Amino acid sequence: MRHNRRGEHIIRLDSVGLRYGLGPEVLRDISFALPSGSFHFLTGSSGAGKSSLLRLMYLGLRPTRGRVMLFDKDIALTKRFELPALRRRIGVVFQDFRLLDHLSAMDNVALPLRVRGVKEAEVRKHVPELLNWVGLSDQINAKPPTLSGGQKQRVAIARAVIGRPDLLLADEPTGNVDDHIAMRLLHLFEELNRLGTTVLIATHNQGLIDRFPQHPRLHLERGTVYEPEEVPA
Amino acid sequence: MKLGRRSDLPLKGDATGRFLPWLVALMVYLSAVSLAGVFVLNGLVRSWDHDVSGTLTVQVQPVPGEAGEALTDERVRQAVELMRRTPGVLAARPLDKKQILSLLEPWLGNTDVVKDLPLPRLIDVTVDADANLDLLSLAERLSRSVQGATLDDHRIWLSRLINLSRTTEWVAIAILVLIGCVTSATVIYATRTSMAVHRSVIEVLHLIGAHDDYIARQFADRSFALGFSGGLIGLALAVPSLTAIGWAARRIEGGFLPSLSLPVSGWVMIGLLPVAAATLSMLTARVAVHATLARMP
Repeated sequence: MRHNRRGEHIIRLDSVGLRYGLGPEVLRDISFALPSGSFHFLTGSSGAGKSSLLRLMYLGLRPTRGRVMLFDKDIALTKRFELPALRRRIGVVFQDFRLLDHLSAMDNVALPLRVRGVKEAEVRKHVPELLNWVGLSDQINAKPPTLSGGQKQRVAIARAVIGRPDLLLADEPTGNVDDHIAMRLLHLFEELNRLGTTVLIATHNQGLIDRFPQHPRLHLERGTVYEPEEVPA
Repeated sequence: MKLGRRSDLPLKGDATGRFLPWLVALMVYLSAVSLAGVFVLNGLVRSWDHDVSGTLTVQVQPVPGEAGEALTDERVRQAVELMRRTPGVLAARPLDKKQILSLLEPWLGNTDVVKDLPLPRLIDVTVDADANLDLLSLAERLSRSVQGATLDDHRIWLSRLINLSRTTEWVAIAILVLIGCVTSATVIYATRTSMAVHRSVIEVLHLIGAHDDYIARQFADRSFALGFSGGLIGLALAVPSLTAIGWAARRIEGGFLPSLSLPVSGWVMIGLLPVAAATLSMLTARVAVHATLARMP
């Protein structure tokens, strides 16, 4: 287990393994924890299992073995009706954005608020502010098919952070944007982190990671998480 | 109003729901016809029940020959006397030839040949429904006292007719239940297909913390709207059909058939069918979505 800050663990994985169907284990013996308020990068080569690990963490999959503790709850023992409350505390930036093509940028970003039953007046106040912040104030009513890859990514990020999540999981969040926007988005994540959000960013953009040396790395190799210096030869 | 609520799922104009209103329309149409059948049969049974509970008929065979008419009249008078003397009989009224001919008119027509036929004479007897008359001994006493006179108890054959009507009534109710089941099965199929089409959207809603009911509500609203529009189409087709059947039945009634008109309560029930179909569609969709979502992590 790794601790780089003091505080409670937001999420902890103990000896977690994952396989799809009857296939081989894509993740094995994963054991690590993210302390509350931490900021980590998750690195690893393409196909190392970063997305699968994130899926486990945002409750998109159940592990085939091991234990996942999220917000002090054992996921295996948590009743199904209690899971939405946990998911609402997690913001996710999907690698493929997963925007709803029939909804405008405004409505896509508003989704997490609407499923929580936030009043429409508040939705109409906060969502345009955030879209403005990510540089999409002129695309509020645009639908995803008309947006560029970078614009879609920013909408996806805005949707992930609009609910001020306790845990932010981002899968290659800067993969489709230029350096300037990438830095701006990373600063947004840092700002959220300063406000108390625990952040884990999966990326293979080494240049970006190097610009934020203060944030520790978790490295995923052959289905297992290592500290970078622990990676076996 | 439910129909106006915002939906995150692109269900409006969804191809999977295009056939649903037409199927619901057909189901509502069939339900309306079955329901009308139930109401009409129920009315018939009640009216027959009421009719047979207080009446009997005495039949006096005509006596042939020249003095036959006078002899027959005498026998009718004797039979009426006997019936009036019987405790529990409230009235005994002989029908004249004109009344008897009018009863036969639907079957035999109104020709001179019929008028010349040796028709049996009839006595309409009203009995106290509460008095426990021994009909068997009364019939024996009548045939012993008055030659050629017999007692017809409507209850025997009418009770068979009533039983047949009641069975038909239950069959119509079973058809209604079956129609409800078919509608539900169709809604389940349409909902599951729609869920498969929109699986990626459902997953996103699920992962950002939407409760199952939040998603189920959107499918339920859509099913309600589709069911209601289909129900209105079915009703719009059923009302003229039922009116036409009622009109045709009234034309041939004329004593041959009892009244086949639909009571106001029947029209009200039929008018509520679109709401019932929409509610059934809504509840079925909600249950189907919950069952499918329960299999998600």
